[in-house]
This record gives sequence, C-alpha cells and structure tokens, in this order.
Amino acid sequence: MSEATSTAPADRARANELGPVGSFLKATELDTRMLGMVGALLIIWLGFHIFSGGIFLTPRNLWNLSVQSSSIAVMATGMVLVIVTRNIDLSVGSILGFVGMIMGVTQAEVLPQYLDFGNPAIWVIALAAGIVVGVVIGGLQGYIIAYLGVPAFIVTLGGLLVWRGAAWWVTSGRTVAPMDETFRLMGGGPAGSIGSTASWIVGIVACVAVVLLLYFGRNQRKRFHFPLRPVWAEVFLGAVACVVILGAVAVANSYPWPIGIVRRYAQENDLTIPDGGLFIAHGIAIPVLIAIGVGIVMTFLSTRTSFGRYVFAIGGNPEAAELAGINTRWVTMKIFMLMGGLAAIGAAISTARLNAATNAQGTLDELLVIAAAVIGGTSLAGGSGTVAGAMLGAVLMQSLATGMILLGVDTPLQNIVVGLVLVVAVWLDTIYRRTVQ
Amino acid sequence: MEQTGTPLVELKNISIAFGGIRAVDDASVDLHAGEVVALLGHNGAGKSTLIKVLSGAYKRDHGEIRVNGEPAQISNPRDAKNYGIETIYQTLALADNVDAAANLFLGRELKTRWGTLDDAAMESEARKVMGRLNPRFQRFKDPVKSLSGGQRQSVAIARAILFNARILIMDEPTAALGPQETAQVGELVKQLKADGIGIFLISHDIHDVFDLADRVCVMKNGQVVGTANTSDVTKDEVLGMIILGKCPPGAVPGPGAMETDRAA
Repeated sequence: MSEATSTAPADRARANELGPVGSFLKATELDTRMLGMVGALLIIWLGFHIFSGGIFLTPRNLWNLSVQSSSIAVMATGMVLVIVTRNIDLSVGSILGFVGMIMGVTQAEVLPQYLDFGNPAIWVIALAAGIVVGVVIGGLQGYIIAYLGVPAFIVTLGGLLVWRGAAWWVTSGRTVAPMDETFRLMGGGPAGSIGSTASWIVGIVACVAVVLLLYFGRNQRKRFHFPLRPVWAEVFLGAVACVVILGAVAVANSYPWPIGIVRRYAQENDLTIPDGGLFIAHGIAIPVLIAIGVGIVMTFLSTRTSFGRYVFAIGGNPEAAELAGINTRWVTMKIFMLMGGLAAIGAAISTARLNAATNAQGTLDELLVIAAAVIGGTSLAGGSGTVAGAMLGAVLMQSLATGMILLGVDTPLQNIVVGLVLVVAVWLDTIYRRTVQ
Repeated sequence: MEQTGTPLVELKNISIAFGGIRAVDDASVDLHAGEVVALLGHNGAGKSTLIKVLSGAYKRDHGEIRVNGEPAQISNPRDAKNYGIETIYQTLALADNVDAAANLFLGRELKTRWGTLDDAAMESEARKVMGRLNPRFQRFKDPVKSLSGGQRQSVAIARAILFNARILIMDEPTAALGPQETAQVGELVKQLKADGIGIFLISHDIHDVFDLADRVCVMKNGQVVGTANTSDVTKDEVLGMIILGKCPPGAVPGPGAMETDRAA
C-alpha cells in the first residue's frame, strides 16, 4: 500500500511556506489553541503578581489555587463530553449539593449508629454511597434526555431545582458537620496533602510515564511507517513536560505548614522545634491528585476508547453516528451517568474541604463548570473539546477569582470581570477557529 | 438476465407513512447475489425512503423483509449491518469532526488487546482500502469536513466495502463526483458484482445507471411502477415509466403503473 500511495501525487493543496515558528509547531505537533490558553493563563498570573505587589506567584497562593480549582476541574472534565454531544447539564451544582448532603448524613448521622467513631469503613461507604447516588441521578436525567427525547436544557434545568430542593429536604436545611477524619483528607489542608517525599515520588513517576508514552507512541508510529516527529522535538516535549511536573512539585513542596499546626504536631510527636522553626512541606494536596487522576482517566476515556470516539462522532453528526450503528441513546445516557458520578466526586472534595455539608453547597457551580469547559475550547456547537483544556479553563477561572480577591476588588466588580472574560474568551476562540479553517 | 433461486434480499409490500404522507406504499423489490438493481424515480418518489427501511434507518409500518429467504428483523442500522447490509447514503452520513480512519471504522473500531482503540491499525487498514479506491488520497489525519466532495464520497464508499458487505446500497453514489471518479465507481460496481455482492443503485438520473444495472425498478409517488430487465426495455421506455408511470410491454407492472396500461 505504501508503494501505491508514495508514487501517486499527493492529493492536497500546496502547503504554505512555514516560518521558524510554524515549522517548530509542525515538528512538535503542539496544539496552538492549548498553547494560547497556557499563554493567557501565564499573562493573567504575571499581571496579578505585579499588581498585587508580589503575592500571587507564591507557593502558598498557587497551592491554594490548585486546591480551590480541583472540584470545578473534576466536573469540567465531564461537562466536556456533555457539551461535545450538543447537550448541556445545568444541574451539576445542585447534584453536588444533594450528593454532598447524602455523604454528610451517611457519615455523620447514619453510619455512627452501627460503626465505631473513626472506623475506616465510614469514609469508604459514605463516598461510595455518594457516587452511586450521583450516577443514579445522572442516569435518570440521561434516560429522560436520551430515551424520552426531552431536551437536556430542560431536563437539567428541572434538575437544578429538584436536586437543590432535595438537598434542603434531606435535613430540613440543617448543616451537617463535622465530617469523618479520613474523609476530610479529600479536602486538602496540611493533613490532606501527601508531604514532600511522596510528592517527589509522584513527580518522578509522572516524568517516567511521560517519557514512556513518548517512546511507545514513536514505536507505534514506526511499526506502521507513519511520519515521525524529529528526535529533537520528542526530546524537547519530554524535557518541557518533566520540567513543568517537577516545577509544580517543587512549588507544592516549598509551602510549609502553618506554625500553629507544626507546633501541635511537634508536641504530639515529642519533637523539639529548632531555632528558626521546623519546615514541614505540604506537598501535593490530595484533592489535586484526585483531580489529576480524574483528568487522566477522562482523557484516556475520551481519546483511547470507543466510547470516547462515539461521543465525538455523535457531536459531529448525530444522524451519521446513528446510521453507522452506534447506539447513540445509550451513549448519551452513559455520558450523563458519568457526569453525575463526577459531580459526586466534586461533592466529596468540597464537603471535605468545608468539613460540613450544607444545602447551599455548589450553588452556581454549574455555571463555573460550563464556563471552564467553554473557555477550555469546548464548542457549544458540539463535536470538539478536550479534557485538558477544560481543566485548564477551571484553573483560569479560579485564578481570576483568587487574583481579584488578592487585589481587593469589590465582589460585584469580580462578577462583572468574570462575565466579561468569559464572553471575550469565547469571542477570541471564534476568531481563532475562523482563521485556522 | 433471468435470476433463479432464493433472492439475496426481498422487500415485500413495504409501506411507511410520515404524518399523512404515504412515502412508500406497498412496494416490493428483490435482489439476487451478483446482481445490480437500479432504483429509479423522480426526487420524492420514495426510493431513498424504501432503501432506508432496508438499511434500518426507518422502521416500516407494514411489509416484510427477507434475507436469503428468511424473515429478517431490522429495526435499526446495527441490525442491518449484522445481515451484511451496508449503505452509502446520499448525505454520506460521515462524522465531520473526526478523520477518515475513524469514520471508516465508526461503530466497529479495531481494538488493541487492552480494549483500547488501535488507531495505528485502523489508519493502516484505511490506507489500504483508500489506496484501492482513490490512490491519490493522502489526508488521513484531517477531519473529514476539510476534505473535498469527491474525497468525502470515497471515504463513504470505502466504509461500505470495508466490512465484506453482501448487500450494498448506493444512494446517488456519484452525485458529488467528477467524470473520472464516476467511471471509477462504475468499475468498482462491476468488481463488487463479480465478487457476488448484490447492489441496489439509487438514482434520479437514468444515464448514470442504465449500463451498470441488470434490472431497473421504477418508483413514482411512493409506488412501484414496474420492474424490468435492462435488456428488455429501452432508455426511452424507462423514462416513460419514470415520468408518466407508463409501463412498457417488457416490464412487469407494479401497483403504481397507469391504469390504462394494466387494462391493455
């Protein structure tokens, strides 16, 4: 087959002459859209850093930023698939609230009747119960959308009201607290971080994984005689990825525990605090690890499995997907089940972080999640979007919020800015898509 | 050309209505292995609708489908594909945002032993089949929407022949093609026919298909006007069937034939 294709003239328009930047991008096969987003994020970070008098790009702030982004980032990965198939889910904030109440009541009121205080099964059962409830809610909404043919906008708008009301109903509006000790680790904080040694290990494992992925990808292309990236481009990509990963670990490891907590820890463990204080690093926070794990799984699901392939095919042309023999209804229902499960994980992170379950939890989160996905390049017309982009979008939204708080911007003005940024970001994206095509 | 034995596929007394419109009304047609049957008729005559019943896109209201003499349950496109019925739709039915290989294997992806998509193997297969159909095609990495009309058409055709179809439905297969590519499709039809595949060719233009087809079946207003071996009728007679619904002596009249003819 290669003989046949190589002798025939290529059936395509003549390529433009590439400048140095163009040939660099072509060699590395980097997504220019993604690069643009990273660039925008860096500009925002630098801007806030300068205008806040140097308190934005500090280990402490970046660490907090990562923890605050994780719940939205987790949900945004699912919202990508929902929006790619030309649907929308307005109910994720309310599902988060309801599932959070379920998990709170399970661990604080139901299970203690049968299990000892602090029993390790408590957090497992509470989390499992929450995820099951989330998946069932998503499945119910998905069934109505896919099989009964009610538009997703309406079904999830109904869900927004229903599940928020249900969250209130669980305890008649009473806040449930405190959460189980182990469960709380999912929310971050000094205890909910893995410390410096483990962080380095995670970072090194991630670097090795990146290198292996590049290596196997190259081998696979060789096996089928597909065009290869130049070696320098592969090395460059690997090096940049490793520097970023290890840099992030270094940042997380240079944020020490607060003095009070260190003092208590030293007392409990009979340590003497040396002069100048004892430096115990946070390391990577557990919610951040959860979010990264979810991101990896969702990226795998959306790019390497037939389910992901179907999701994008449905988004590109629902009728063609159906005619190709894809069970589009079942795929749609599965997407909403997945979204429900992810909202439950988001609920676990935010209830653990707050150490309480309240009926107002996650209010307006659906809009942040949708905004994160859309800023991250998910097209509302369907058919395109990436999980990594959406997670980056979540970080970008949170950076704006945090930065404006650091600058002391008034709350009403914060909302105005976030709203404007959303519109401008999508406008820029529209221009980008038009020029690229 | 007389066909004997059990037909590969029989559509018997198929009816389907949308709202109050009888899009297909009591239509019957059959197809033997290694035979090309052209379905002709004006736009809106019900050709595409009849064929979509066979391909599983529409559910029939009445009638029966038999494959190899056995009654077939076809209620969605997956069922049809399980019977070896492949369709090239007039709209091509491609997922525009994914590449050619992904479209060829849509719904029937090749997997690695880990159960993940084997993109490299799919692209390799795609290069083979496209090399046969359209050797100049090189754009395997681009989403299908950026391809030209002819390239898109070859992707749709490649998808239909990739999975060893026994019955191939081609709905206006040359609508977007230039003369050279149309000739290529003609060659392909002859080759597939020699392999024993039964082919339904759907067209509103008799000149496209008259030389390729063994039989013609003409539809008008959702009804079958008549069926004839191409050796027994002239192009003008077939045109008369299409335009007037007038059934010539060489054809077997259907329910849609003009009353006067049936009396005569």
